[in-house]
Amino acid sequence: MALILNSKKNTLIAHISGDFDLVKANQYREQIDRNLAETMSQNLLLDLAKTTFIDSSGLGVIMGRYRKVKANHGQMIIYGVSPRIRKIFELSGILSLMPVCSSEEAAWKILEENTRKEA
Amino acid sequence: MDKIVNNRIKLEFPSKGENVALARITIAALVSQQELTLNDLEEIKVAVSEAVSNAVIHGYRHQSDGLVTVIGILQGEKLIIEIIDEGVGIPDIEKAMEPAFSTDPERTGLGFVFMQSFMDEVKVESKVNKGTKVTLVKVLSNENKNIAVS
Repeated sequence: MALILNSKKNTLIAHISGDFDLVKANQYREQIDRNLAETMSQNLLLDLAKTTFIDSSGLGVIMGRYRKVKANHGQMIIYGVSPRIRKIFELSGILSLMPVCSSEEAAWKILEENTRKEA
Repeated sequence: MDKIVNNRIKLEFPSKGENVALARITIAALVSQQELTLNDLEEIKVAVSEAVSNAVIHGYRHQSDGLVTVIGILQGEKLIIEIIDEGVGIPDIEKAMEPAFSTDPERTGLGFVFMQSFMDEVKVESKVNKGTKVTLVKVLSNENKNIAVS
């Protein structure tokens, strides 16, 4: 169970494996925020392919980071969502806030297209 | 292969965030004694996680020295879960259960929405400064049964 962070092209990529609940929410929120600041990344990609469980505490972190990234004129995209997690996303309204796609490749494509549109 | 399982467990633990996973995994192990769908199992885990997180975050305001009690009762296909804290209580239960109501901007206010979406019944009893008891009831579906392996 871990959070792995790396950054490239103005973008922080957060890979979350294991359960994403109350305890992890507090840790991951702090780590993601610190890394967004340190790497001066504007965009955030969230990889949930290895996330085994999420509840409203994990969703709170996602929504909070979304607001933060948006306030900084960046984009947030989620990828690798299992059907189980997608159901939670549907109920929470996250799907109408930000793109949710299948792979990292698809996420980069969306990011680049949106960046081009804005330019 | 229909099996009827009647069982009951009682868990008591301090109000630490780490124990949210403990409670949800224990309840998952209990319900897995009954045949159920993987979907039901996941929904039960989310509902328990929400109720226990509420006890830790709101009931005891993140103080880890409170006592949380979780009782799981399996009566054949009916599952009853009680989550009890002796924390601050909820002054306005109706308001607390409203979607997107949260006292904390980093939270979604979706805890009760998930409990209500995933369980057949959600009952909340609360007294200010006495504590809160949440009762979750679910009838385990017997259609399209993919037996969950625990």
